[in-house]
Amino acid sequence: MRALLVAAVTLASTVAAAAPMGYDQARHLLARTGFRPTDAEIRGYAALTREQGVNLVLRDVRTQAITPPPSFTLDTTALRYPRADTVTPEESRAFQQQLVRQGLELRAWWMHEMLVTPSPITERMTLFWHNHFVSSQQKVRFSRLMYQQNATLRAHALGSFADLLRAASKDPAMLIYLDTAQSRKGQPNENFAREVMELFTLGEGHYGEADIKEAARAFTGWSLDRDTGRYLFRPAIHDYGMKTVLGKSGRFDGDGVLDVILDRPQTAEFITAKLWREFVSGDPDPREVQRIGKAFRNRNYDIKVALRFLLESDAFWDPANRGSLIKSPVELVVGTLRQLDVAPGGATPFVVVAAGMGQNLFSPPNVKGWPGGEQWINSNSLLARKQFLDRLARMDDAPPAMMAMLPANGDDAPRVERFMRAVDRGMRNVQFDAARWVARQPGDSSIAKMQSAQALLLPLAPVIADAPKPDVDALAFVRATLLDPSYQLK
Amino acid sequence: MDRRAFLRSTAAVAAFSLPALRAHAAPANYRKVLVLVELKGGNDGLNTLVPYTDPAYYALRPKIAIARDQVVQLSDRAGLHPSLSPLAKSWNDGKLAVLQGVGYPDPNLSHFRSIEIWDTASKSETYLQEGWLTRTFGAQPVPTSFAADGVIIGSSELGPLAGAGTRAIALADTEQFLRRAKLAQPGANASNRALAHILKVEGDIVQAASHLAGRTTFATEFPAGAFGNAIRTACQIIANPSGVAVVRVTLSGFDTHANQPATQARLLTEVANGLIALQSALVELGKWNDTLVLTYAEFGRRPKENQNNGTDHGTANVHFATGGRVKGGFYGAASSLAQLSADGNPGYALDFRTVYATVLERWWSVDSRDALGGRFTPVPYLG
Repeated sequence: MRALLVAAVTLASTVAAAAPMGYDQARHLLARTGFRPTDAEIRGYAALTREQGVNLVLRDVRTQAITPPPSFTLDTTALRYPRADTVTPEESRAFQQQLVRQGLELRAWWMHEMLVTPSPITERMTLFWHNHFVSSQQKVRFSRLMYQQNATLRAHALGSFADLLRAASKDPAMLIYLDTAQSRKGQPNENFAREVMELFTLGEGHYGEADIKEAARAFTGWSLDRDTGRYLFRPAIHDYGMKTVLGKSGRFDGDGVLDVILDRPQTAEFITAKLWREFVSGDPDPREVQRIGKAFRNRNYDIKVALRFLLESDAFWDPANRGSLIKSPVELVVGTLRQLDVAPGGATPFVVVAAGMGQNLFSPPNVKGWPGGEQWINSNSLLARKQFLDRLARMDDAPPAMMAMLPANGDDAPRVERFMRAVDRGMRNVQFDAARWVARQPGDSSIAKMQSAQALLLPLAPVIADAPKPDVDALAFVRATLLDPSYQLK
Repeated sequence: MDRRAFLRSTAAVAAFSLPALRAHAAPANYRKVLVLVELKGGNDGLNTLVPYTDPAYYALRPKIAIARDQVVQLSDRAGLHPSLSPLAKSWNDGKLAVLQGVGYPDPNLSHFRSIEIWDTASKSETYLQEGWLTRTFGAQPVPTSFAADGVIIGSSELGPLAGAGTRAIALADTEQFLRRAKLAQPGANASNRALAHILKVEGDIVQAASHLAGRTTFATEFPAGAFGNAIRTACQIIANPSGVAVVRVTLSGFDTHANQPATQARLLTEVANGLIALQSALVELGKWNDTLVLTYAEFGRRPKENQNNGTDHGTANVHFATGGRVKGGFYGAASSLAQLSADGNPGYALDFRTVYATVLERWWSVDSRDALGGRFTPVPYLG
């Protein structure tokens, strides 16, 4: 009887997988793997089967951004802070201001790429790895290095996790952020060795303190050439002695330790569970994670393999998981602009807006990254989100309201205020024509068009917003839909 | 079996009666409000409480030391920065506690990380996501009739109130908050956990807004400027009859790597005038005896001045507690300038968690062990 039931369920899901997805499932696939899809994009997928849809999402992924990077990233001068005793306070301040300016330019560059990329999954995965192999501008300071890291993460974003781990570990920003560059034979710094096991691969509980100490010795010598800004191995400070890591002994160097770590099934499962929380639901199913993790590891850690398994899992398509994840601030901002077909003049205001909601690109709060999930939403961030959405739908808000959205890490109040006024001007340049946008949605009456718009914008039935009525104008309708609590979900 | 252990074991078998039991287990007095004043950037403690007889102090700071005749003398060894002279009256009234050498083991010199350690009351090498007050209120909840558990003024970072579960409201001023709060809409019928969380926060906003709608006028004149406005907002929030357990205000700009003297003098003037206005307004309300004010910052600054008339990131720091029930005087010990670490920073005398322990155990009568991750003996700065 039970076997029969299982067979029937399996058959049902096989049938569902072989049939065209239809609008709702296509919407779910694109919303979860990209930023917010437009109606036309969803309709392009609706006639495909799930498998075809997943194939298409993963087909034209990129390894490079299409947006040209800021010019300072091409800079080849040496990476040095001006020494306090050789420059005037004014020169020192100018240098600091240049760092801040470049940091902002870099953030705007990335957000622009997210807005225009033909492969949203590439940017979603780059953002995922940015929040996994965390480095922060707060410590690295040089935007050029943060850019290099971003390029490295994108190059491997949907490649092999093993290659990605090796590249991210030797990445100059990482060498600075987790102090590897300061580690030397006899005085190994354990920072990177600890985090690579705890946060990047195995997860807590799958290694011991002794493993960290031994691994730290292996990573000595991984250094940074301050003249070129590139990775440099310095044999003189590398510890060539025997090490024992996770039960394996040898004269390991850093790559040798990474190989030992990659050999452990926990690594594949740790990454799979994290991908599950990003794409499927807040509660990874341990048995599925084990199954998918095994396939992931057996196929040389091909990230596409893990994604394909996750996106074709029953859990991904389970209606109970629809609308169960909270959009990150960057997803909310980029997704809203994409979905409403708003072309912003420049991305800078939106970088600041996302930071005000708690996600300042290139500056995750600590090595663990943004905690995400429900932690994205508190009274302040929720009002910042709603204010942004309200603001898009109604462009007549007073500028001071925007100022409250600023991340409170500026020490220079007047400068911050000037800056925020500039952001406000930027926001004001954004034109959203609700009537035209609603008119473009499918449907043969204005009510039908509004219904299409609501189905496009919300993953679930609205909690508060009313069903479209004939006497409601388009702008009020869009505004109510954007402000509905379910709009925060994907 | 002690009382707590008894209650724990009882709770295990009678989980359904937990709310009633909690109320009994924790006679928490959240009617007594905590006002946290964050001196963001890392106020220089050594020029705040000046060891004006110590030659080592003047040797380390040939350019930026506070001259002996400028200091507001509190003892025959230590005195306040002249900008803090308005606080001398509190000191003379026995209502200003000076907490010296506040820090923690294995100090971190990053703004980001060190304030996170203070806000989460974590060990230096442990990363926690919930603030120390979030954990406190999670175990011993603030009454639901309160406008909010806590209000954060003038900052988008919730700091000690970070993390899910707590009813924390962040606002710049009450009027603006009330305007923005109209965008929030409480609703029922959450079909999943994420939506339930969002609806809870929407509800928190609406509840806070409904309680904060009234406006209190004070005879007290508040200082002009952003910090004065924050203090006024704090007083208006404390005046709301339904209650709030904690209010935090932030003054930024203390990261004085260059040209410290003028900047710090201006900022400490704002602090002193703000605290005096706060006291005066809360005396008006009859709430001064039920208010505890505590300053904090991510770290102190390095004793040796740098090349730019400023100071770099340091470790242990001086902080203040004041309020109607504060027992004035010195606590902890001044940092020894003769014994600095390899990077030129002093050790600490008071773990910041012992300062928090006083708030939890002596001010609110709640357990501090879980919130602080261990047992910390309260510093006896409350009478």
